Amino acid sequence: MSETIVMGPAEVRRALTRIAHEIVERNGGCEGLLFVGMRTRGAPLAQRLAREIAAFEGAQVPIGALDISLYRDDIHHLRAQPVVQSTDIPVDVADRPVVLVDDVLYTGRSARAALDAIMDLGRPRSIQLAVLVDRGHRELPIRADYVGRNIPTARPQAVQVRLLEVDGRDEVALITPGEEQP
Amino acid sequence: MTASRGLQQRGAAGTSASVAEAKRPPETPGVTWRRKHILDLDDFTAEEVELVLQTAAAMAQVLRRGIPRVPTLRGRTIVTLFYEASTRTRVAFELAAKALSADVVSVAAQTSSASKGESLVDTARTLRAMGADVIVMRHPSAGAPYLLAEQQEASVINAGDGWHAHPSQALLDLYTLRQHLADLQGRKVVIVGDILHSRVARSNVWGLTHAGAHVVLCGPPTLVPSDLGPGAGDPLGLPPVEVEPVLDRALEAADVVMALRLQRERQQAGLLTGIADYIKHYQVTASRLARAKPGVLFMHPGPMNEGIEVAPEVARGPHSMVEEQVSNGVAVRMALLYLIAGTQPRAPS
Repeated sequence: MSETIVMGPAEVRRALTRIAHEIVERNGGCEGLLFVGMRTRGAPLAQRLAREIAAFEGAQVPIGALDISLYRDDIHHLRAQPVVQSTDIPVDVADRPVVLVDDVLYTGRSARAALDAIMDLGRPRSIQLAVLVDRGHRELPIRADYVGRNIPTARPQAVQVRLLEVDGRDEVALITPGEEQP
Repeated sequence: MTASRGLQQRGAAGTSASVAEAKRPPETPGVTWRRKHILDLDDFTAEEVELVLQTAAAMAQVLRRGIPRVPTLRGRTIVTLFYEASTRTRVAFELAAKALSADVVSVAAQTSSASKGESLVDTARTLRAMGADVIVMRHPSAGAPYLLAEQQEASVINAGDGWHAHPSQALLDLYTLRQHLADLQGRKVVIVGDILHSRVARSNVWGLTHAGAHVVLCGPPTLVPSDLGPGAGDPLGLPPVEVEPVLDRALEAADVVMALRLQRERQQAGLLTGIADYIKHYQVTASRLARAKPGVLFMHPGPMNEGIEVAPEVARGPHSMVEEQVSNGVAVRMALLYLIAGTQPRAPS
């Protein structure tokens, strides 16, 4: 197994700053916006985006955290259930532009689950998707509106986003399985 | 969706990358749930209890929504098979299954082929053959759910077996307590009543002890197993508890009082000198409750005999958690159904 660091702390920071600006630009400001981070690592990313926007726009975008465990489509395939975390969304999603935030976009199945989870809470005006990394290999017709970095990958590879809040450091690693080199 | 899960899943036959994608590491390091059946709490670890309570809290959030329904168990079939009367337990399991979008079939033994003499195991095998993924069973004989768990493929949840166990009740009691007392470590919990015949007491002794509570059992000597207590030979396999036959003494500085339903048929069995005697010595009244800590919590698994084991002013008073217990029952059962769902082979279709 070999690991390559494809984004370091500065690159993560710059990508988030750019996404924050893109969100404000695309939405013509941040009126009514709601950021919803998908647990686990989408939640701190949503907070960081909101902090960026607070810094350059002076406005506080409300932040929620979403757990999608109850909406997954693979319950029959797993050997153990994932731990259900709380879903904490401080405002009503109805009629708001909602930005879903996650660390990696891969098959699109988690994003699909998140869309259903949000819709069950109300009828947002729109839902946009922001991800730090898009690694390709979609299995559903889903795309991200904001992407920090496109990283071409092979399926057996893994992309691991590590964040200060969860993992103690900011970086994105590309992991390639294989025999240990002697 | 970091695909490191892709790596972990590689070796597993039949898993796809999409499966790997959604498998997120838990935010809090927890245990991996491996239990297919919920039969009693005696062999639960503290971590497993914690996982149930944590999952139940997330389920309670779902129940507070305008439309309390999530698609999690779509296509699963849950059968409630009750050989004894029940309102709250059966309804709570059914509501829990429905909130998770499972299909629910309710079988009352009185109206089923059990009344024609079909054996328990045959009934369960029939239900499994018709697609039951989970059988929630109440039965008058202790151990019946264990037999089912061994003899057929569906998951079994014990919803009360004889005098033996009622694990989901004990878990919802723990959940209710945890909403009021952050930590049960060292808390004094008095269980008063017919301990001998109470599956609720037995499962609660396990649950509370796992949580670190100091459990005191109180009741007429004929209704409290004589061989309990510190240093006892532990013949029932229960963890050590304190036994205090005098309620006033038991209640001193108690954090929680749990009264059990007095089953009147016990009087016929000659185990009670009379209901009036029982009321005199063991009814939980407001004046007795004053001996406990000021914020004492009163609990009862239901159905309550107001005026017998509990005075009406306590049953509906400010200390009473009884209604909370009932509403928490749905969330806790959702948690159990969710957790065991990951361990089941699908029913034949």
